[in-house]
Amino acid sequence: MTLARGERMLMRGNEAIGQAALDAGCRAYFGYPITPQNQIPDYMAAHMPEVGGVFLQAESEVAAINMVYGAAAAGVRTMTTSSSPGISLMQEGISYIAQSEVPCVIVNIMRGGSGLGNIAPAQSDYFQAVKGGGHGDYRTLVFAAWSVQELYDLTREAFDIADRYRSPVMVLGDALLGQMMEPIVLPEEVVDPDALPPKPWATDGAKGRPRRIVNSLYIEPLDLERMNRQLQARYDEAAEREVRCATEHLEDAKLALVAYGTAARVGISAIEQARAAGIPAGLFRPISLYPFPNRELARVAEQVDAILVAEMSLGQLVEDVRLAVDGSCPVHLYGRPGGVVPTPAEVVEQIERVMADTRG
Amino acid sequence: MEADTETQVLFERPQAMQPVRMHYCPGCTHGIVHRLLAEVMDEFDLVERSVGVAPVGCAVFAYEYFTCDMLEAAHGRAPAMATGVKRVRPDLFVFAYQGDGDLASIGIAETIHAAARGENISIIFINNAVFGMTGGQMAPTTLPGMRTSTTPEGRDLKLAGNPMRVCELLAALDGPAYLARVAVTNPRRVREAKRAIRRAFQAQLDELGFSLVEVLSTCPTRWGMPPLDALKWLDDNMVPYYPIKEFVVAEGLAEAE
Repeated sequence: MTLARGERMLMRGNEAIGQAALDAGCRAYFGYPITPQNQIPDYMAAHMPEVGGVFLQAESEVAAINMVYGAAAAGVRTMTTSSSPGISLMQEGISYIAQSEVPCVIVNIMRGGSGLGNIAPAQSDYFQAVKGGGHGDYRTLVFAAWSVQELYDLTREAFDIADRYRSPVMVLGDALLGQMMEPIVLPEEVVDPDALPPKPWATDGAKGRPRRIVNSLYIEPLDLERMNRQLQARYDEAAEREVRCATEHLEDAKLALVAYGTAARVGISAIEQARAAGIPAGLFRPISLYPFPNRELARVAEQVDAILVAEMSLGQLVEDVRLAVDGSCPVHLYGRPGGVVPTPAEVVEQIERVMADTRG
Repeated sequence: MEADTETQVLFERPQAMQPVRMHYCPGCTHGIVHRLLAEVMDEFDLVERSVGVAPVGCAVFAYEYFTCDMLEAAHGRAPAMATGVKRVRPDLFVFAYQGDGDLASIGIAETIHAAARGENISIIFINNAVFGMTGGQMAPTTLPGMRTSTTPEGRDLKLAGNPMRVCELLAALDGPAYLARVAVTNPRRVREAKRAIRRAFQAQLDELGFSLVEVLSTCPTRWGMPPLDALKWLDDNMVPYYPIKEFVVAEGLAEAE
């Protein structure tokens, strides 16, 4: 396939994720169909063979994540993608992968939950994504995009971050971001997987070296505690180096709207409408959800009179916001679960409510 | 007495085996099967290009016992993990070692689909009719009437359902290149078991597809029997229910022998 690199082109979010993986040197993809992310496996099935990589449709999400585990353990950049119910099925494997220190990329194009829920855009998997999700003392590094371009950029960078921290990295989108088409510019240069640094832990045949073991079993509690602390040290390092956030109109803001992904897209429209009505509101948009931009948000909290959290879930993001703010200003929640995308007018109404409360 | 210079090594630890003490119970046949696997790896000179996948169950520490690269899978997921390795590195020899709870209960979907795809991996399947590691609970292969900690009055087929014959089940698929059931209850059977493992490995080396050797094994601890009695019990009770035979032998493989 010929892509017009370096020029603006129209691309669907799900396809941008697929292309980002290929450009990052990903050479193995395992997945199972689930709406609303089916364009990703379709894209990988069509284009992975062009770069000599592996595409395999697994029999389940459970199998897919364990195929990822094996392929990534052999040292190959590997990805799987799914949507909320499928990501739940992968949690067992993600826990093993994290504890075994194997890098991989997992994309969750979130849909409404719980249960079978629906296939509309949602952010209800926030807790599952940022608090671990599976059993044990691990985290997944999580990055959330708000545009097709950012889905590309974050997915591509996720492979570098995964390798750097030997950790699963999750990219969050939702049904809206995955399905919509937007202008995007693909970089000219792509990663040559053969030029990547060697992985001196990979199980790829003990030729001329001692054997290697990829394992998450540490039967002695003190050994496992040491491993847990080793993972935590990596997360602490990521908290120093990988925090990403963006702000709009915060310079003179009295109210900060905190939102990520599609909710932030709605939020920026709401802020522009509020400002037109004379309300000094600004946007704080976390991009890394774990590590969370605690310090950056704490500084904002000292400057504004109030924070309004807008999330397409019912009180998930707001918990991390409250931890970061630590009581230095009031934090209000506007949550719309179930696959509902709030309108800018609805968010403006909430901004007006919070401003009225704060003045009172 | 002649000088030592004429001595010759007749029997030694295979290169593929780590020089460590295994954790298996006295009389358990896992050790025999580990040894056969290692001998065959040596004979095909596979140590430097093998990746093995250990299960959850009694063989959970199998990754400690072989000198090749090893992975430790989640319960039942070894065939999926082995698939991941083999797909990205088809030049590697990839095997999984699994028990009956792992392969036939929680991992039956991964097993069937790896077999159906004709995934070019080899699986050693230990069938001892019981969950050993967790305390002797019923397995999918527990015989009718057999007592376990979760079938204290014996397996009642009306309550607990019927045992599964894994080789027969997989033989219905087009993917497998080699399927055999063996036992390791006497020296002749041990030799036959080794031959089956050789053929399974040969199938992968010849890129013929999925291969699996089911090894009927004893669990004296959970069966509550002395080891010799357990061997006899296996021959008397398991072999009639789980016939020892080759179920699938791919055409190309038959010629290679």
